[in-house]
Amino acid sequence: MNTSFNDWFRSGAPWVWLTGGAVAINVIMVAGLLILIAWRGLGHFWPADILQAHYQVPNSEAVRVIGEVADTERVPAEQLRQAGVPVPEGTETMARHLLKVGNRDVTGLDFQWALKDNLEEVQYPERLFAAERREWGNFYGYLRGLKQDGEEVARFDPATDDDADYEQLWNDFLQRVERALSIHEQIKTIEKGDIGAINYELERLRLKERRHELDGDLTPQVQADIQSQRDELNRRYEGLQGELTELYRAFNRDHYLAEVANGREMEIAVSHVVRAYRPNAMGMVDKAGHYLSKLWEFLSDEPREANTEGGVFPAIFGTVMMVLLMSIMVTPFGVIAAVYLREYARQGPLTRLIRIAVNNLAGVPSIVYGVFGLGFFIYFLGGTIDPLFFPEALPSPTFGTPGLMWASLTLALLTVPVVIVATEEGLARIPRAVREGSLALGATKAETLWKVVLPMASPAMMTGVILAVARAAGEVAPLMLVGVVKLAPSLPLDTNYPYIHLDQKFMHLGFHIYDVGFQSPNVEAARPLVYATALLLVVVIALLNLTAVAIRNRLREKYKALEH
Amino acid sequence: MNKPVTFSAPDLQFDTPAAARLRRVRRFKDQLTTASVGIGGVSVIIAIMLIFIYLLYEVLPLFESASIEPWQQQSGAVAAYARPGDEADTLYLGVEEQNEVAMRLDTEGQAYFFDVTSGELIEQIEVGLSEAPVGAFALNSDHSQLFALGHADGTLTVAKHHYKVTYPNDVRLITPQLQYPYGETALALSPALSQIDQLAFRDGEERMSAVALDGKALHLTRFSKEENFITEEIEISSEHYALPRLPHPVDKLLISPDQRWLYAVGPQGQLTPVDLRDPQEPLLHATEQATTGRIASVAFLLGGNSLLVGDDQGTVSQWFLVRDDSNEYHLQKIRSFDGTRGQPASLIVPEQRRKGFVVAEGGHSVSFYNATAHNKVLSADLGSATITRMTISPRANGLLLETDDHRMSFWRVNNEHPEVSWSALWEKVWYEGYQEPEFVWQSSASTNDFEPKYSLAPLAFGTLKAAFYAMLLATPLAIAGAIYTAYFMAPGLRRKIKPFIELMEALPTVILGFLAGLWLAPFVEDRLASIFTILLLVPVGILVFAYLWSRAPKALRWLVPDGWDAALLIPVIVLLTLACMPLAEQVEALLFGGDMRTYITNELGISFDQRNALVVGLAMGFAVIPTIFSITEDAIFSVPKHLSNGSLALGATPWQTLSRVVLPTASPGIFSAVMIGMGRAVGETMIVLMATGNTPIMDVNIFEGMRTLAANIAVEMPESEVGSSHFRILFLAALVLFLFTFVVNTLAELIRQRLRRKYGSL
Repeated sequence: MNTSFNDWFRSGAPWVWLTGGAVAINVIMVAGLLILIAWRGLGHFWPADILQAHYQVPNSEAVRVIGEVADTERVPAEQLRQAGVPVPEGTETMARHLLKVGNRDVTGLDFQWALKDNLEEVQYPERLFAAERREWGNFYGYLRGLKQDGEEVARFDPATDDDADYEQLWNDFLQRVERALSIHEQIKTIEKGDIGAINYELERLRLKERRHELDGDLTPQVQADIQSQRDELNRRYEGLQGELTELYRAFNRDHYLAEVANGREMEIAVSHVVRAYRPNAMGMVDKAGHYLSKLWEFLSDEPREANTEGGVFPAIFGTVMMVLLMSIMVTPFGVIAAVYLREYARQGPLTRLIRIAVNNLAGVPSIVYGVFGLGFFIYFLGGTIDPLFFPEALPSPTFGTPGLMWASLTLALLTVPVVIVATEEGLARIPRAVREGSLALGATKAETLWKVVLPMASPAMMTGVILAVARAAGEVAPLMLVGVVKLAPSLPLDTNYPYIHLDQKFMHLGFHIYDVGFQSPNVEAARPLVYATALLLVVVIALLNLTAVAIRNRLREKYKALEH
Repeated sequence: MNKPVTFSAPDLQFDTPAAARLRRVRRFKDQLTTASVGIGGVSVIIAIMLIFIYLLYEVLPLFESASIEPWQQQSGAVAAYARPGDEADTLYLGVEEQNEVAMRLDTEGQAYFFDVTSGELIEQIEVGLSEAPVGAFALNSDHSQLFALGHADGTLTVAKHHYKVTYPNDVRLITPQLQYPYGETALALSPALSQIDQLAFRDGEERMSAVALDGKALHLTRFSKEENFITEEIEISSEHYALPRLPHPVDKLLISPDQRWLYAVGPQGQLTPVDLRDPQEPLLHATEQATTGRIASVAFLLGGNSLLVGDDQGTVSQWFLVRDDSNEYHLQKIRSFDGTRGQPASLIVPEQRRKGFVVAEGGHSVSFYNATAHNKVLSADLGSATITRMTISPRANGLLLETDDHRMSFWRVNNEHPEVSWSALWEKVWYEGYQEPEFVWQSSASTNDFEPKYSLAPLAFGTLKAAFYAMLLATPLAIAGAIYTAYFMAPGLRRKIKPFIELMEALPTVILGFLAGLWLAPFVEDRLASIFTILLLVPVGILVFAYLWSRAPKALRWLVPDGWDAALLIPVIVLLTLACMPLAEQVEALLFGGDMRTYITNELGISFDQRNALVVGLAMGFAVIPTIFSITEDAIFSVPKHLSNGSLALGATPWQTLSRVVLPTASPGIFSAVMIGMGRAVGETMIVLMATGNTPIMDVNIFEGMRTLAANIAVEMPESEVGSSHFRILFLAALVLFLFTFVVNTLAELIRQRLRRKYGSL
């Protein structure tokens, strides 16, 4: 039935198609966003080949460049001409690579733009290696020799030696890196673990002494006691200090010699190297192994180089801690409120008012919660608690400053509507007959609630808590005011009494994204890591949400069965 | 008849003590649960009330009026006391930071330091490096505590009153001192001077200026300061200049802090600026008539940019130099403050840390004003004696008065937030150094004498601008999408699509903001033409495809089940988008000379920020879509089926049914969805924080950024001093956001509840 265009238009079909188009666009946008994040986030850990080429800008001398291709884009030739770059006539656009050339200690810059057409003799030599370092970013170059205690112990001469010699040198180098890494591990254990604990104890002793002083019972007896403890700690500290000096000497034993792009030979401490690899010589399996080890580092390690390298473990840990504390606070409050609304309150103006209040709580911008948390919890409550319970630490505040507890409390307030709404829905789905049956058998209302209603509604509560957790995990704006920092010196949970430090500031995945992506001195270098962090956050939140949806759907099925 | 059989149930004893106890316990538990559940329920209301009340509690002090009362001590109010020292008249009064010690300088060059509450003399020091009597006094500024005395022999004493604070035995002890920062010898003024009638003095980093009036002649002396590298002593050299004669007699002379401008004030309201940039050739600017009456007093506002001129009617006007388009300066009257009593404004004393000032009016009453906020914060009668001298303490919380009966009194001033007024927050204000009144938000700067600019207008504007562009994208996409999903889509597909789009709601906005700032913004800048081509061509492309599809063979059309058309469109749109990219390059080359972005900046003269409203609109629109989509979809889907079925049965097309029956029924729900989406867009923080440049400008240009209320809070709150006006204004911004979303959400919720009742009856 072919219709004329006019008929087709009048039938309203175009409008239907347009609305269909809107759905399609929405879906494409969501999917595109997820794919973009996944692609960029996952791609980062794959070892990129290192390119070597002669960069020949017309009318100037060719220079050797070594680096990874980080990005490629097309630029209008006009724009290049205006910038004074010689461009052949007649071209409209030109491709250019963003090369990650590393060696910030040599060149001062990690990245360099290079027009594709000007790169000549492009090759990927297998001998090129990349070293991730603790400072100055990545190193790219050729290994030329090794030094131990300032003495050269191995040498590779590209003119005379062959590949086997290079392999031998490379393996020697890798062993030394391995050795330095294990020493670094020991140093870290002592510095962070043992010495950290001693410092913490010393601080507690100082506070104890101050407390006695404030209470007016600082007797010579107590003072001597504290002093002896302090001496003991200081003695242990000195012992560890000696040990550390030894370790550091061993740590800094080796240096490697390597040739960089401009032909210079550099001498760099092996202790700076975190990981060394030769991507051009790696097969698929090696690369996959490398990928997994990088991924594991990302999830389990601490950040390096102003958060632009390394892992995000403290941020994951901080997020989890905060979310756990928040759940502990929000669950009872949200569930009780929902039970009140659904089971106890007479449906009338009061419940309507509460429902509107709940809705309003859900709609209040999160930053307002942050302002409230900062003003009320931190300055008002915290400022009141400190002189009462922690006078010895004053004038430095204990709870009168942003910290984990206030952040959790603020987010608990922010997510309470989520729990209320989800629990209420669950309660509403429990058939009346079940409650009436329980009451008819002589149970009190409380017993019905505890033994019948709440167990049946528990999956719904679970859904609510999961959704609240998902919301809290992604919320950043209020946290910026109430306790999140870019780099927390220690985790809020450790082996020092009282083990969980509610007054401490913490790191958070969402804030990490904001901070590294926008406040970092080296945004370009940090960008892949930000994508990876974003992906991690999206995955966690999507999983939480999908779990909640799955539980909710199962619940619906279950009660549908109950009703028949 | 059989003997009746009676059953006894000895086991069922309900009244044993144990059972009774159990019942009591159960009842108690029941009541306890009821009580605690009730408390839990009501606490939700308490929570929201608490947020509101707390925000209000922090904001209210902004609008509290100021007060003045006699200074209180443990022993009660401080009474007036006889002024310390001799009968000679007072030249100057000063109070130190802690409101403990004050200084009175008299015409005989005696400085009396005394306890400000009791008047008890602490120390008397003779000031002056010359034996000759004091002819004139000039103050550098209250804040610097530096002043100059001109002696009759044509010399100048520069001195500073200083208060050393020590803590012997943990008790604060303030020791007053008098210092001569430029050596113990008097500085020579112009040798041409025969007497000094008036003196103006200003000290700076590298040089000092003094202008003395001798009859009608003005003499400028410039002292250059040179630090000796070895001894670190400051060596002073001076040059003298004769200034042109003024067209009117001079009552008062003032030099601006940059020592470029000399202001001469005449008795009949004349005000003449003299440009001293080149002291060899000073430029006499046009005389302004500051008042029709007589000038009663004149003073600099903090920072020395503004002149405050008080006349005999009690009116104080503020003047400063405004640079016009041809780079010429002229003295401009900015605003005036009317007196209350029509009596002369005999004294004007500026505050030392704010753009406020105190005026003594008609003898015994004082008024507190704030210049920027253009408001009178307080006016009070203080006794019956005429005030002859007064000074305000550095923290602006104490006022020391001397009256014509030679008595002094000290008053406590509570004036925390004078810089806030309706006009300062929401109206155009003419700030110092600006060419005209403007809306500006600039809360802090590096200098102490900075004029804080607290206009919320650019922030509110930025908020609405961001929300507007976001809604422009989100509303059509979300509502159209919801219509299709709820009404036309196959149920199987709907069950998958709806959660998928709703998943987006859970996506942290920090991720959207980060993508918008680091990926989308450069992308948009690069491919501006593509974006607009896509916006234009995709809807057209969809319609073309739809028409072609309707003409396609049936066999092909029947392959796609009913309600799956949207799935069909996905590859179409993706292909269209990809096709738009090269097309856009052609369009760009043809219309915009190869690059639309440069074209916009260079040819159209529209400024272009990389992080602009377009990017925010796209990113925040994305964030708002699921909210609107979800609620709209629910509203449309819950329209009773028999309504649409009836319409279809009567022969209406699906589109007619939708637009005439379903949408009107669901419209309140859609409206509430848009409201909630709007509330979300207004309060969203992270996206605007990351995807805009956060510059508080007022410009509708889609290619420029903005700063929203929420982002402003996030940026400035951590650095704001607790309890300051800035801090409270940020709370005010939070309260505004809270109230806005409160109204919007309550409205939306009421509509939704009404809708639910309506459908319930259908």
